[in-house]
Amino acid sequence: MKILVAYKRVVDANVRIQVRPDGSGVVTDGVKLSANPFDEIALEEALRLRDRGIATEVVVATIAPADAQAHLRNGLAMGANRAIHVVVEPGREVQPLTAARALLKLVEREQPDLVILGKQAIDDDASQTGQMLATLWGRPQATFASKLEVAGGKATVTREVDAGLETLEVDLPAVVTTDLRLNEPRFIKLPDIMKAKSKPMESIPFADLGVEAGKGLETTAYAPPPKRSRGVMVKDAAELVAALKQKGLL
Amino acid sequence: MSKVLVVAEHLDGKLNASTAKCVSAAQALSPESIDIVVLAADAAGVAAEAGKISGVARVLAVSNPANERAIAQVLAPQVGKLAEGYSHVFGPSTTFGKDLMPCVAALLGVPQVSDLMAVEGSHEFKRPIYAGNAIVTVKATADHVVVATVRTASWPEAAQGGSAAVEAVTVGAALPTHTRFVGLAAGKSDRPDLQSAKRVVSGGRGVGSKENFEIIYKLADRLGAAVGASRAAVDAGYVPNELQVGQTGKIIAPELYVAVGISGAIQHLTGIKDAGTIVAINKDADAPIFEVADIGLVGDLFNVLPELESAL
Ligand SMILES: Cc1cc2nc3c(=O)[nH]c(=O)nc-3n(C[C@H](O)[C@H](O)[C@H](O)COP(=O)(O)OP(=O)(O)OC[C@H]3O[C@@H](n4cnc5c(N)ncnc54)[C@H](O)[C@@H]3O)c2cc1C
Ligand SMILES: Nc1ncnc2c1ncn2[C@@H]1O[C@H](COP(=O)(O)O)[C@@H](O)[C@H]1O
Repeated sequence: MKILVAYKRVVDANVRIQVRPDGSGVVTDGVKLSANPFDEIALEEALRLRDRGIATEVVVATIAPADAQAHLRNGLAMGANRAIHVVVEPGREVQPLTAARALLKLVEREQPDLVILGKQAIDDDASQTGQMLATLWGRPQATFASKLEVAGGKATVTREVDAGLETLEVDLPAVVTTDLRLNEPRFIKLPDIMKAKSKPMESIPFADLGVEAGKGLETTAYAPPPKRSRGVMVKDAAELVAALKQKGLL
Repeated sequence: MSKVLVVAEHLDGKLNASTAKCVSAAQALSPESIDIVVLAADAAGVAAEAGKISGVARVLAVSNPANERAIAQVLAPQVGKLAEGYSHVFGPSTTFGKDLMPCVAALLGVPQVSDLMAVEGSHEFKRPIYAGNAIVTVKATADHVVVATVRTASWPEAAQGGSAAVEAVTVGAALPTHTRFVGLAAGKSDRPDLQSAKRVVSGGRGVGSKENFEIIYKLADRLGAAVGASRAAVDAGYVPNELQVGQTGKIIAPELYVAVGISGAIQHLTGIKDAGTIVAINKDADAPIFEVADIGLVGDLFNVLPELESAL
């Protein structure tokens, strides 16, 4: 069984994002970039399926500018067998529908039994790509997964939904998107970084995929969120109750 | 003029409050009409409920045994068919809408606006990115339908008092059978629903254990509040996943939010930015939660909470 993992590079989760004073975008120069946390979880899950002998090959894929090679090397160091880099021009934003269409092309070439993506990329917070890929591919989806079992051509997936935990059974091939509690990704060890250097990485110019460019959303302005100002400090429970009463909340 | 179709969310025969919030967002477009579609095994009951939302013109009731459960790949082709003639299709940005709406957008071949928080024009909207650290204005081209999920915390529920006509409709779409519902483990609770509660008390890692969380439930019950939690508290198994508040949990906007033993990580704050009043109780005076709290109290929660309960 082959697993394709969508592995996006984003601004690290610990960076405090600032909007540029002129509102032309957010400050990304020099900030730390990392794998999207949900995509690390996706890769970890694929590797565990391989460790258990259920999967035989794990392929990581990204759609990003040329400098994302180091990012894919991290995925290889974590344990993926090979990487596919769909190369876009620097600075080009890849929106979810475009990402899904590009991933569909890779799916058609690679014929995976399972595609695992993050439930959302923590830069655009869109939470769309996996669902769009499943739709374009005409295959099942199980989003927000916190447990995944694969057997007999089927996957049984527990999903974190607003009401609690939902379990779905889907026929393979299928698309799964990960939630935070699916697993805890392993750390990359130094020898693995060395090993990753010799693993295969294929680069495909975006234009060669034949993906319909499509109409995206145009971002016309960036603004900082409305600020909440620091309030008052109270010294004990009685003062707290008084303050709440004063605000008409009790 | 805009014509909006809102996809209703419901569970166990009850309409979810998120639907009336989507109607509010739709009203911000000053549209020609707003319709609601209810997809269910038997849609009549929920459709009647949806018809009472003020400002709704028609409710389309799609009854089909295949719609017994909200399986995105089953619902999407039906919504896709019904979308014809509408300028906008809205669903809530709850797990239901997040699962379904991108499928609808992909079927229609259009981008989706996620977490719509403000309407700037018929094709221009505000939405948060980077865990709410930036708000962008996005513009969709006017020559195709706009598919969006509505950030429920940004919108009030549209008023009741409507009397929309309910129409039973059948949709001729091929529905897949590749996905089967196995079960739903729902935490049963008599407490108010976290997403629509006026008051919420949340506990974090500082609460220390599942047993200790009783202290949070007690305060919540005293206040008639829903209970929430940080990711750390959920990860540690103190409470079930559906209580998580934040970037990857629930985004809420109660009148009163009480954060107990929560440090105030950016991902948590994303979930409570729209709360009316934030109260923080934390033993660390430097905890970032105090930077956004309207009322802060530095102290050990195991002393403060019992005192608070008796003072109430
Ligand atoms: C991609 C991503 C998504 C995330 N999504 C979310 C999300 O949706 N929601 C979320 O909450 N987090 C999320 N997180 C995690 C977030 O970064 C923090 O790790 C988490 O919010 C911390 O939870 P906490 O405040 O309970 O724990 P901690 O940060 O450990 O804080 C515990 C606090 O309790 C206080 N305390 C301890 N004992 C006591 C006591 N006796 N009395 C009073 N105070 C006490 C301490 O002073 C401390 O401030 C996400 C992280 C990532 C990377
Ligand atoms: N450019 C990309 N390259 C690789 N994977 C991507 C890309 N964009 C989105 N994805 C995948 O889709 C998931 C959801 O992204 P989004 O829909 O943008 O929130 C991510 O967690 C990734 O797994």
